Amino acid sequence: MADTTTVARGRDSSPAPGHRRKKSAGRVRASGMPVWAIPYVLLVPGLLVIAGLLLYPMFQLAVMAFQKVGLAQIRGSRPAEWVGLDNFERILGNDIFWSALRNTVVFAFVAVALTLIMGTAVGVLLHRLGKKMSLFVVIGCMFAWAVPPVAQGVIWRSLFDAEAGIVNWALNLLPDWLAAPPTGQSSWTGTPWLNDTFTLYVALTVCVVWAGFPFIAVSVLAGLKGIPAELYEAARVDGSGPWRTFTKITLPMLKPVFAVLTILSIIWDFKVFSQLYVLMNGPTNRDGFNLSMYAVAEAFKPPQKLGTGAAISIVLTIILLLITIVYVRQIVKQEEM
Amino acid sequence: MTPLARKRLGKILLNTAGVLVFLWAVFPVYWMVSTGFKENDQIFTTEFIPFPTHFTFDHFERVLTEGVANNSIWLYMRNSAIVALGTVLIGSAFALLSATAIARFRFKGRGAFLVVLLIVQMLPSEGLLIPLYMMVKRVGLGDQLIGLIVTQVALTLPFGVWMLRTFVAAVPKSLEEAAWIDGAGRMTTFWKVLFPLVAPGLVATSIFSFITAWNDLVFALYLMSGSEGYTMPVALQYFFGQKGVDWGAIMAGSTLMTIPVVVFFLLVQRRMVSGLVAGAVKG
Repeated sequence: MADTTTVARGRDSSPAPGHRRKKSAGRVRASGMPVWAIPYVLLVPGLLVIAGLLLYPMFQLAVMAFQKVGLAQIRGSRPAEWVGLDNFERILGNDIFWSALRNTVVFAFVAVALTLIMGTAVGVLLHRLGKKMSLFVVIGCMFAWAVPPVAQGVIWRSLFDAEAGIVNWALNLLPDWLAAPPTGQSSWTGTPWLNDTFTLYVALTVCVVWAGFPFIAVSVLAGLKGIPAELYEAARVDGSGPWRTFTKITLPMLKPVFAVLTILSIIWDFKVFSQLYVLMNGPTNRDGFNLSMYAVAEAFKPPQKLGTGAAISIVLTIILLLITIVYVRQIVKQEEM
Repeated sequence: MTPLARKRLGKILLNTAGVLVFLWAVFPVYWMVSTGFKENDQIFTTEFIPFPTHFTFDHFERVLTEGVANNSIWLYMRNSAIVALGTVLIGSAFALLSATAIARFRFKGRGAFLVVLLIVQMLPSEGLLIPLYMMVKRVGLGDQLIGLIVTQVALTLPFGVWMLRTFVAAVPKSLEEAAWIDGAGRMTTFWKVLFPLVAPGLVATSIFSFITAWNDLVFALYLMSGSEGYTMPVALQYFFGQKGVDWGAIMAGSTLMTIPVVVFFLLVQRRMVSGLVAGAVKG
């Protein structure tokens, strides 16, 4: 390292090196590489990875959706067989696809709404708390945010456990008029939350909202700190109440933040996998599948049908791409890249 | 009520809400850790036992010696660490090169590259898994940690570049120009001027990649078929056995898996936010 510096200095120590550099920069540099080529050379590894391991597989996925790819094809003993729209016909004619689509969309809608509401409320709260208290709560939130998705699933699976779960214990504490035990049971103990699709998704929603709200809260807090204090001052002088100030100043000023947060949350919640996998104990309960789980189950549970799995993934990808386009436009609008 | 009393009441209410949020966020994590230290008769009960009254290290000892699926948890931790560190080493180097190109040069195709970066971040990894599974098997990397590393590099690179580019852009160009005028070549400028200044950003990006690779379930689940190659998220699934769930062991295992992530997370969370909502949050 030290050597190259000395050499470089030695070479260029003639009078007015800056001037000389300007002249040579347009043509070919001393290293032999024209300046215009440098960014492309720097991009080569990144481009190779993105093209070879993301874009090409996406193309492959689209091709596989029209093929029959089973065990023989995975082993390479037989080439993939072109089957046209068979895979799509099969999934569109299957009730599980429609229940998976419904589960995905309804879950994403509810989970995103709840995450945003709770995150925003906590963000506003953090903004109003004192410095020490705010830091204390932020650090607490970091724990929820940092837990790996699989561990999130584990935790909530234990909390929603039929026998030893805290959720059933807590519901037993509440008076009956507020939370009556399910019909046919004298208490909540023994309620199997994770067996039934609806209650499984209740548990999943709680889990995802719990892990997801800290990101929203911290982002909203950052956004709130960026709103100039004069605006609030002016509103106060004009006699605006807290709610009016919130809806007329805070929310409009945070609109770009919310746009990005909403789209990111939708994209994340559309493809939730690990938590659902743990909560439902692997791809077992077919009624409880979402699109990700359905695709993976078709592709990898024996007998493996990678083509069908690909067709399901394509449907999910198209939905996500449509949402992503909105996100990209929002980012491009906000930033001169 | 006097204005002073009202102000004080408001403050009490706010702080109470703050404490409630803290408890809601922390309690499930606390529950995981404390269950790992409880004896079985305190775990399998319909009672609520907030603290383990009989502290035990049995579960931790059991997962570390006996383990699951015929191997100690150490092996799975080691596999997870190899995959995560490998992803970081390769991914960060690639990300730094690409980020430098984007932040320091104006070239044809730059805008298109940025848009591609944003879009590929959003692709569903379960979808990518299907073709990547075929590719990895074809080239003979199935069941090998290196195959897993390659896929994780691909999954983390777009966000890594996206995040790192703001750090590179934040280094004043005049510093590099000063180095050029002093006669330093491009490589020297890169290593002596740009690299030290971008290092904090590189750390943040690396930790993000580490966490993503460490947490991955779906790729490890289907690319690795032998238990020798399992990573922690896969190994944990094996505690949910046929005979009922060994909660003490699984909570001990989950705790061990969570600790590195929490530590890293507390180090980088501010960067994560600024990378994700880049531009939308000002301040």
